[in-house]
Amino acid sequence: MDLRDRPDEAEFRAELRAWIEANLPEDRRGWRGGEQRFGDDFGREWSRKLYDAGYAGLTWPKEYGGAAAPYSYQAIFYEEMALAQAPAHVGVIGLGMAGPTIIAHGTDAQKEAHLAKILSAEEIWCQGFSEPDAGSDLAAARTRAERKGDVYVLNGQKVWSSFAHIADFCILVTLSDPSAPRYKGLTYLIVDMHAPGVEVRPLRQITGEAEFNEIFFTDVEVPVSNRLGEEGEGWQVAMTTLLHERGTLGFALTAALDVSVGRLVANAREHGNGDGGVRERVAQEWIELQALRYTNYRSLGTLERTGVPGPEGSAIKLRWSEQNQRLTKLGRELLGAEGILDDGWWHYQQLRSRGNTIEAGTSEVLRNIVAERVLGLPRSR
Amino acid sequence: MDFAFTDEQRQLQREVRAWLAANYPLDRDWDAEDDRWQELAELGWLGGAELSFVEEAILFEETGYALYPGPFLGTIGFAFHKLGPDDREAVATGEVKWSAEWRGLTPWLGSVDKVIDEDGNAQEARGTELPTVDPSRPLGRLEHSNGTPVPGGRDIPRARAAMAAEALGVAQRALELGIAHATTREQFGKPIGVYQAVSHALADTYADIELARSLVYWAAWSVAEDDEQAAVAAAAAKAFAAEAAVKACERSIQVHGGIGFTWEHSLHRYYKRALWLEGFGARPAKLRAEVADALLGVTVGV
Repeated sequence: MDLRDRPDEAEFRAELRAWIEANLPEDRRGWRGGEQRFGDDFGREWSRKLYDAGYAGLTWPKEYGGAAAPYSYQAIFYEEMALAQAPAHVGVIGLGMAGPTIIAHGTDAQKEAHLAKILSAEEIWCQGFSEPDAGSDLAAARTRAERKGDVYVLNGQKVWSSFAHIADFCILVTLSDPSAPRYKGLTYLIVDMHAPGVEVRPLRQITGEAEFNEIFFTDVEVPVSNRLGEEGEGWQVAMTTLLHERGTLGFALTAALDVSVGRLVANAREHGNGDGGVRERVAQEWIELQALRYTNYRSLGTLERTGVPGPEGSAIKLRWSEQNQRLTKLGRELLGAEGILDDGWWHYQQLRSRGNTIEAGTSEVLRNIVAERVLGLPRSR
Repeated sequence: MDFAFTDEQRQLQREVRAWLAANYPLDRDWDAEDDRWQELAELGWLGGAELSFVEEAILFEETGYALYPGPFLGTIGFAFHKLGPDDREAVATGEVKWSAEWRGLTPWLGSVDKVIDEDGNAQEARGTELPTVDPSRPLGRLEHSNGTPVPGGRDIPRARAAMAAEALGVAQRALELGIAHATTREQFGKPIGVYQAVSHALADTYADIELARSLVYWAAWSVAEDDEQAAVAAAAAKAFAAEAAVKACERSIQVHGGIGFTWEHSLHRYYKRALWLEGFGARPAKLRAEVADALLGVTVGV
């Protein structure tokens, strides 16, 4: 156990810090996320810069354009990006979900076609898993993929799809065999979002912004060569995607929280510093941030030793989401009566945080996962 | 960075747990406990094995998990590392037991030999014992005389990190008892762990414990390395882990239903240890106030 950087890690951290300092314009620090990610070309330009400097896909194999670096480098990357309040790479679905799934299940042609472009943000990806009647219950997906010769013909609807309105490709879970038993009739496809018959309708959320979308598929033809894994094995492929979503998410979430706790401390210094109760609540948020940070490190230690993230990682998203809701409320509260104004930060963050316990696995589903897979309690379904 | 135990540390953890399980099973006679102090000396736990504080934290976690009764926390967690060579030798051989005084209260006053008082002086352990929430961990009021100064006095971060590690072990045991009950107890024709009102309470306990574990090991490493964050890490760990232990026990009692509320079941003993750990030395609110001082600066006159 040594929580200090190894010499190579320290060197990587120093280089990265200097690179961010030299390349990130001052007025682009402190982005609050949301629609700002789509509003202008800066997001893609910044992502391209990260790629050119070798910071995209740090842990990906070299043959796919990655740096084959240890996982700790990815952790350092998130920490330094948070410290500088630097915007994230815009291709989060591609980097965290589509890319790893293609690496695990893709054909050589699929890898060749997409992986480098995901890293460079030339291709933005979205995810088509949830449907109006298949939310937490992914296996109930009904978007039809009918095999006709060397294409699948798609008809159906997906929902809650972030980035779909700017995306070039979608990772899609479809129903290819309605007569098959549950979990056996699903097929996983890569869909060109610019293909005829794909229609995207932005969904306005409680912040007033539209980060995610509905996607409608009407007789969309997808080449069979765009299938990931075998026909009928979409469930297994989707589990790879979700494993990666949860496996790499922790550090990114903690980095975002780090920024928010920093702002909360500054806010408290300005507005609530004489109030012992406020000081104690701010301290509690800082303590929980450290708890999440070091839980990531422990999970990482297990990942580096065994190749699989530790079970404690399953608690991270659950607790992160609840903490983000609590601390953004506190941030608004510290502003007093003016906390009902749109201050450009807390107002947005507090409303946006209500989605945190729903997106990427509701808290209820995550508790089921902990209870059944980690604690070994009997299945509730 | 490497936040994982070494193979040797994992081996130590297995051995400690096995020894404690063999000697302190849950079905023991709780009214006639033996602290097996000479055996601890022979095992090297009393300083003889020259363990780092990361390894000692493993011992504290496991003694919490087993509800070990003797003054191991007092002797090793509160005193040993501040003592001179002769006093350490007398501890390592098992001859002398120590405790320390905090806010006017001294644990194990009636069963230890020496106490480091709040002014950092070594005192003979004399005074009056008081009724205490956890009968296995008595508290007393120390009779002060002049005493002999102990260099550096009490080691507050180390003591807090040690209590946090004990609390972690207490919480883990309470969770495991809850899981075992929810898996075997059937109502309405099913094990009660099927019901989400039960399973989600245990899942929340698990999340609390894993966050506490991260803070405890961070604090242990920081204390072992004399890191600049040791004081704040130990304060954070004790506040969080003690509250996690109290909540873990309360949820486990609830999951157990009526049997969890009986004297016969061992859960109340874990609960009382958790309450003791939460209260002794500095309560969570006081610890968070210290963390706030570090984050926000000390305010005057409020």
